[in-house]
Amino acid sequence: MKVGVVVFPGSNCDRDMFHVLTDVFHLDAQYYWHEKGLPKNIDAVILPGGFSYGDRLRAGVIAAHSPIIKDVQKMAEKGIPILGVCNGFQILVESGLLPGVLLKNESLNFMCEWTNLIVENNKTPFTNQFKLNEKIPIPIANGEGRYYVDNDTMKKLKKNNQIVFRYSEIVNGSSDRIAGVCNEDGNVVGMMPHPERAVESEINPIDNKPSSLIFESLLTNMGATK
Amino acid sequence: MTVFNVHVTIENKPGISDPEGDTILNDLVLKGTHKTVSKIKTAKMLKFTIKEKDKKSAQSKIKEICDELRIYNPMVSKVTYTVISE
Repeated sequence: MKVGVVVFPGSNCDRDMFHVLTDVFHLDAQYYWHEKGLPKNIDAVILPGGFSYGDRLRAGVIAAHSPIIKDVQKMAEKGIPILGVCNGFQILVESGLLPGVLLKNESLNFMCEWTNLIVENNKTPFTNQFKLNEKIPIPIANGEGRYYVDNDTMKKLKKNNQIVFRYSEIVNGSSDRIAGVCNEDGNVVGMMPHPERAVESEINPIDNKPSSLIFESLLTNMGATK
Repeated sequence: MTVFNVHVTIENKPGISDPEGDTILNDLVLKGTHKTVSKIKTAKMLKFTIKEKDKKSAQSKIKEICDELRIYNPMVSKVTYTVISE
């Protein structure tokens, strides 16, 4: 199973993600530079965290215009699983692949701490191994992580079951404590917290099992053909 | 006394680099089809609402506030005041 990790100028979680995909879950991962295209035979795409283009103008907006995003859009339409983490989530909303926007945290602080997520949708390619309402201890590291949607979009998100993760308590002022959403088809998922920083017991002081299920879900979704 | 809206625009003085403006120009605008754009400068705008007796005193009061509280950095910033409505 081939997984593409897209690299933008300023990505800085690409190697962590690559390490987790290859060393922990034994997947065939490849880096893809944002100016190039994605191969047709790819099975999943991950947009990692970081500070693409130094967060200039708005986090993710310049990267959202990168040539590779056209390919990501095509793959999204085909139903291929796509995950955006942190800056990757910001890029997915700025490119229109996911609804909403990520604003500066209510505290205006860069927040780097452990949070708890609640799984609200266990039908996506990245959450199918979870029980509904399962708790995931996971770190966040962002300055612009406050998910916001207007009332009409919020109604649509709820109606279509597009809210994938909520924080268990108020963290940054996100609408309805939303930490991650998916598109209407459910194959494109974006989340602010960092699962790639939480799947190994060596760096997870709480419990690394729940975060691992995000990647186990992807494996299950693809029929675990490594 | 009348209510005035005063817009205070703070930007870098000429000669002080503006890497954010340069990135928006080079990596977003010029990579599209808009080749006639030659410069983009970022700025921060503060919108004040203030009660004063006339337009002139509204602007001078806001200027006084911005100077006193160092709302902008006089070494690197250029600041412009626009009284929008009365």
